[in-house]
Amino acid sequence: MHRIFLAIFLFLAGISNLAQSADFSVISAGVQPKMVKVYGAGGIRGLEGYQSGFLISDQGHILTVWSYVLDTDYITVTLDDGRKFEGEIVGADPRLEVAVLKIDTEGLEHFKLGDSVGVNPGARILAFSNLFKIATGDEPNSVLHGIVAATTPLNARRGAFKTTYKGTVYILDAITNNPGAAGGALTTRKGELAGLLGKELRNSQNGTWLNYAMPINELIPAIEDIIAGKTRPRSFDDDVIRPDVPHTLKTLGVRMVPDVLSKTPPFVDSVTASSEAEKKGLRPDDLILYINDRRVDSCATLRSELELIDQIDDVTLVIQRGDDLVEIILQGE
Amino acid sequence: MTNPSKIITLAVLLSCLPLPALRAQELIVPDDVLASQAQRIAAINKASASTVMVFANGGKGGGSGVLISPDGYALSNYHVVQPAGTAMKCAINDGKLYDAILVSIDPVGDVALIKLLGRDDFPYAKLEDSDKVRVGDWCFAVGNPFLLATDFNPTVTYGIVSGVHRYQYPAGTLLEYADCIQTDASINPGNSGGPLFNEKGDLIGINGRGSFEKRGRVNVGVGYAISINQIKHFMGFLRSGRILDHATLGATVSTDENGNVVVTNIAESSDAYRRGLRYGDQLLSFGGRNISTVNGFKNVLGIYPRGSRVPISFLHEGDRIDTFVRLTGVHSPEELLARIQPNRQQPEGEPMPEGQPDPPAPKEPSPQLPDIVKPFFTARRGFANYHFNKLNQDRIWDTYIDQTKPESITGDWTLRGQLGNLGDVSIVLSKTRVDAELPQGKAFAVLDNDLGQQEAPRGSGGLLVALHLWKHIQQTGIGQFGDVYYLGSMPTPKQDEKQDVLVATHSVIECRFYFSPSTGLLTSMEMYPDLGVDPCEIYFSEYESVNGRMLPRHLEVIHGDTVYGELLLKDFEFNSNGGTE
Repeated sequence: MHRIFLAIFLFLAGISNLAQSADFSVISAGVQPKMVKVYGAGGIRGLEGYQSGFLISDQGHILTVWSYVLDTDYITVTLDDGRKFEGEIVGADPRLEVAVLKIDTEGLEHFKLGDSVGVNPGARILAFSNLFKIATGDEPNSVLHGIVAATTPLNARRGAFKTTYKGTVYILDAITNNPGAAGGALTTRKGELAGLLGKELRNSQNGTWLNYAMPINELIPAIEDIIAGKTRPRSFDDDVIRPDVPHTLKTLGVRMVPDVLSKTPPFVDSVTASSEAEKKGLRPDDLILYINDRRVDSCATLRSELELIDQIDDVTLVIQRGDDLVEIILQGE
Repeated sequence: MTNPSKIITLAVLLSCLPLPALRAQELIVPDDVLASQAQRIAAINKASASTVMVFANGGKGGGSGVLISPDGYALSNYHVVQPAGTAMKCAINDGKLYDAILVSIDPVGDVALIKLLGRDDFPYAKLEDSDKVRVGDWCFAVGNPFLLATDFNPTVTYGIVSGVHRYQYPAGTLLEYADCIQTDASINPGNSGGPLFNEKGDLIGINGRGSFEKRGRVNVGVGYAISINQIKHFMGFLRSGRILDHATLGATVSTDENGNVVVTNIAESSDAYRRGLRYGDQLLSFGGRNISTVNGFKNVLGIYPRGSRVPISFLHEGDRIDTFVRLTGVHSPEELLARIQPNRQQPEGEPMPEGQPDPPAPKEPSPQLPDIVKPFFTARRGFANYHFNKLNQDRIWDTYIDQTKPESITGDWTLRGQLGNLGDVSIVLSKTRVDAELPQGKAFAVLDNDLGQQEAPRGSGGLLVALHLWKHIQQTGIGQFGDVYYLGSMPTPKQDEKQDVLVATHSVIECRFYFSPSTGLLTSMEMYPDLGVDPCEIYFSEYESVNGRMLPRHLEVIHGDTVYGELLLKDFEFNSNGGTE
């Protein structure tokens, strides 16, 4: 009994110590200018049309999660001071479920990705997000506090959680992952960037909700690629070099759905028998997300990207099949 | 603190360590850590003592509350108290169960004032300035979540302030949480009505609502507390036993393309319109706060009770106008009564989610009141508990007439003096007429005609009728004057000290009489000849004792935005007992 009291005492003393050493109100005030509110598609029952994000460059780059909210031509980004901007998607990595937006302004306060830190279990953290869309205009994002309960690969529970992210996550003891919280910032108690709050995940086996964040360090290479334009379709550039004999959908044995919209989603309609595509397992209804690491958002983009790949080179497709991401490599000739 | 199992796990872990290691740890705890810990324990102890656990309907329902005065006044949520009816049982951590009675309700703000009976030395919480609360501050909630506190020891949950000045829409219900405090301290069913404290253990808010969605009606890290500063605006009204309403400006605003908050609609019958506010004007500040967003405006509006008079600044055609504006009720009294009638049910003590239908209803008619509570309750339509209204009416009136002894002077009154430096004034107040000789000429009012039509002298808004009603209520007392009730106490543009207000209606003329709580004297009155027009305001000052009777020497008369004049009274002649005073 004596020892239990002592342990409780030490535990309380630990809290008090932290309370004294970190003035969260100052930390919060420092982080808030870097936070943004993201509004896009959704708004119908169960699908909130909003999420969170934060600035990661002085060029107006914003890190957020890749979700249906961004599946629109009109993304609105509201800064901490209430100013509104149209957000343009620079790129996304559906495998990590992250996206980078850009707004047309410079010199804003932002998190420097290079300064972000890793955190260990037991570390006290703050979570900034616009959960439940509580803040509008120039109102500051909500702040929750907690500790990192564990660091663990999410795929340890593969099947339980429907997500394509397979990396390590921070499991948190605060209820950070509420509607709209996705894209929020996880910081240390000093306000250093440590993670990105992920989308809401519910365990399909026991119905519990997971409170977690993706470590920024796991995301940095992908973010840098996105910002560097490496995921941008090459066909968007003027000075691109075209091969004499490129791949075509026909030679690969793929037929896409009829291209009737300005941005027809690149769904596979059918696969030619005994073609390369069939051999490698491409199927009707597969949605093509990436071709050679470049994002494809329409049938038109897919065609123009193919024109840039020499027939002797391999074609790597990332496709979405149901809730899974599948990578398929079609060999060149 | 927030998670007992965490403590136990840690305790078990540490207890597995070799004992010497623990001893070594014990020795190196720095003093400031111990001091900080002691501070926290003291804050929690202090805060827990004033926390009330409400038990209603034989212990099947209830919630939380917090004592705010030694004589037992305690705050709770309307949605906690309402199902309990007018009487409830309340426990505090002295281990005793007290009878409590409903005093007033604010159904829109989800606030109720109750009074615990049986002591005049209850521990009570200190009310902090909640505008000083910052995001990231430590805070803790104390209360009765899941009605666990059957041993009368409340539950403490710790967290930080996640947001301040939050506006939570009514979402089709009566309830509106304006300017509230958001916290990640666990707020669960049963915490409703309970206190949110800052880290020193002083009261910053009343917990009552949470954001819930698909995860069931338990804490998801987003709880809301009504700011204690909002309640301070209502506090003077909460002692009145009334059913309180929130306020409206009579105008709507929105943000224009330049980001300014501008008027998009205004009722011509509103006081704001009479003060010069027009369509397209830009709102600069309201209630002493700069207004930069529509939510910001709603936040300020939401913290004032109906009938408040609030400073406002706006730009009209390029000119800045600084004035005070009277706020009318959001609902008509009848509408408010209808909205709070029993019609729906909800488990008691649960934080109200967003989009919650109208607040809960009693399950059954209130049972017989316990004997100890009976003397503290008087039922009257339109009041939560008329007993407390009458109590205050009598307190104010008795203090006043004790100093002015007006009931002994039942005849005609003659007032003589000067109107500013314009010249001499003589006013004769008789039973049937008021006759005045003014520097501008003669004026009169005939008292058996419609009082609301007589605005003499011109430009005063009805000074003669107002003076008659001033004399009349003193001669008849509040019992015979007409319908009289205690509005509560509120600040006025001329007095920083909150004034006690009696609303008295004689025939159809509504008068408001403002009394200073410190002197007990009448400091001002407003006479409304009609709804939708500016009242005649009289400010009484320079009271002097004349033959043992306190009389005002200085009367300032204001109508709308203009000062009609200052009456400097030299002598008072009262007919009934003869002589001039």
